[in-house]
Amino acid sequence: MSEGALAPNLIAFGRVLRRAGVPVGPAETLGAAEALRHVPLADRAAFRAALRATMIHRREYFEVFDAAFDLFWRNPEAPLGAFDPDEPPPESLPPAARRVSDAMPGAAPLAPPAAEPETREGAALAVSERERLNRLDFESMTAEELADAKREIRRLVLPLAERPTRRFRPDPSGPRTDLRATIRASMRLGGEIASISRRRRVTQAPPLVLLCDVSGSMAHYAQILLHFLHAVANHRARVHSFVFGTRLTNITRALRNRDPEVAFQAVSHILPDWSGGTRIGEALDRFNRLWARRVLGQGAVVLLITDGLDRGGAEGLSEAAERLSHSCRRLIWLNPLLRYAGFQPRAAGIRALLPHVHEHRQVHNLNSLRALVATLSAPAPNQGGSA
Amino acid sequence: MAESSAPPLPASVAATQALLEAGGYVADRALATTVHLALTMGRPLLLEGEPGTGKTEIAKVLAAQLPRRLVRLQCHDGMDLSSAAYEWNHARQLMAIRLAESAGVSERQGLERSLYDRRFLEARPLLQAIEGSPALLLIDELDRADEPFEAFLLEILADFQLTVPELGTIRAETPPVVVITSNRTREVHDAIRRRCLYHWVDYPDAGRERAILARRAPEVPAALSAQVVAFAQGLRGDEFFKPPGVAETIDWARALTALDKRELEPATAEATLGVLLKYQDDIARLRGAELARRVEEAHEAGS
Repeated sequence: MSEGALAPNLIAFGRVLRRAGVPVGPAETLGAAEALRHVPLADRAAFRAALRATMIHRREYFEVFDAAFDLFWRNPEAPLGAFDPDEPPPESLPPAARRVSDAMPGAAPLAPPAAEPETREGAALAVSERERLNRLDFESMTAEELADAKREIRRLVLPLAERPTRRFRPDPSGPRTDLRATIRASMRLGGEIASISRRRRVTQAPPLVLLCDVSGSMAHYAQILLHFLHAVANHRARVHSFVFGTRLTNITRALRNRDPEVAFQAVSHILPDWSGGTRIGEALDRFNRLWARRVLGQGAVVLLITDGLDRGGAEGLSEAAERLSHSCRRLIWLNPLLRYAGFQPRAAGIRALLPHVHEHRQVHNLNSLRALVATLSAPAPNQGGSA
Repeated sequence: MAESSAPPLPASVAATQALLEAGGYVADRALATTVHLALTMGRPLLLEGEPGTGKTEIAKVLAAQLPRRLVRLQCHDGMDLSSAAYEWNHARQLMAIRLAESAGVSERQGLERSLYDRRFLEARPLLQAIEGSPALLLIDELDRADEPFEAFLLEILADFQLTVPELGTIRAETPPVVVITSNRTREVHDAIRRRCLYHWVDYPDAGRERAILARRAPEVPAALSAQVVAFAQGLRGDEFFKPPGVAETIDWARALTALDKRELEPATAEATLGVLLKYQDDIARLRGAELARRVEEAHEAGS
């Protein structure tokens, strides 16, 4: 097939990938076109590898890419055969392929992005009203009170105690001399060193990882805590958010949208099990194996938000929690059940979890969230500490 | 500043595959294609994969076979300009100021020029890769460096040039071949990814792993090699915290050979498990009957 037919096909292929949720821009398509000049087009393996190396930048997208490739460049005899939009996609596809075939031309157009809801910066609440709201359990709030609480949550900032990095910035009262700047300054005086420039270590907030339980028993809290996650994720850099019920889902990218409603829509899109059962041990184990090494570097703090009520009989929970607590600098368990004065760690899940967390805190009303913010910004003990 | 022009690059995907093969690296078609494209298109190659899948090895073999001068930058947290790119030699600069003073030079610009001379600049890996004979720059474990360093790297990857404020811009005469590896202890930023050709280095299948073992550890008996590979492949299918990489398989095969074993047996396997698995939870899962069963399976698969 000639180069002339190749270019439109590549552009169409790029569009298919984009509609299937893979970020592919003109730069990627151009790169692919250039790459195809260097590989034998009859070699299907090389053809696939060339497209993948230039258009895909993350392993997470391989599955979608492969499904799209097989569907789009369907005829293995003629790898450049154009996609036939009239042919219906085969039945019973795996999820990735389903997503791709939905994205193929001819499929129903995807829903347009939700219109920007106006962001209401609610007027500050009257003092007494606010006092009541602060102490009210999220569970017993009316819809209106919940809306107020959500607005209050958006105002919370979560400053983590900063850790020294190995970078420096100029600072006249810094503890270290900066020879490079000193010599450069001396040039203005013909080589006379009149003053010593100084520098100071840059400090930086550690990464924050949020693990939130969205199973049935947490349903009342999950909604509002998701607001909390969204507020935190948008307020600072290096936040990774996960939710779990029976499965673990990374919602970091979905939460990145500044508009909470759009963000939650994106979350519910990728979330398989709102308000189902919980298997905390399995979720933590999955997190340990798939994500811990990728997001827990550089002294990360983990907030685990769950009531500790495990559908699976707390199997493997103790081991997973122990591994998790070893992999991060601080593991903080936020537990809405802790609000009851007579809270006893009776459930198997709670007893399995408790020995391994560095802190166990309540999280059922605005005041408890504020207290959390206060402790997180205090300089943390380096490791250990009991619950 | 190049002392010699760069040796020619392999002309086709097949030639690239043969080149890697000649260097002792058993590459599949997709990897050979990506390497070939990175070389011909002059784009950096980003290799991601689990630890121990041979990412760094690809760069070393390429450097040896092309041949190119290998410049390696091992990344670490908080890596800054002075350890990655260049550093002014302040002691020698101060000395030069003294000398200028005693020689009675007080003209400012002349002094400044002589003080910010290339002589006083110490080259670190990034500058070394841009200056001198054609190089292969290996940026190893980029995920260990922090985000500000990645931002700095963008200039180098885009134009193969480095700007020293006091001196000016230094440009590579022959752009270096750039290979970046990442173990995903942190996600590498999209801006870097977009500039690179991306390849995920997966665990090899049993056939390729045996071929790798034969090249890297020829002293291992064939039967043992097949069993060790089958055993390691079995571990990767299950959900271990850290399944063994190819590097671990090679180490284990060598360890067993050093103990004069010609076949895999439960007792020695248990005693040497620490070569293969590096986490206590994983080792504990494999003790006793479970281990015997897996050794048995490896015998069947390897025969």
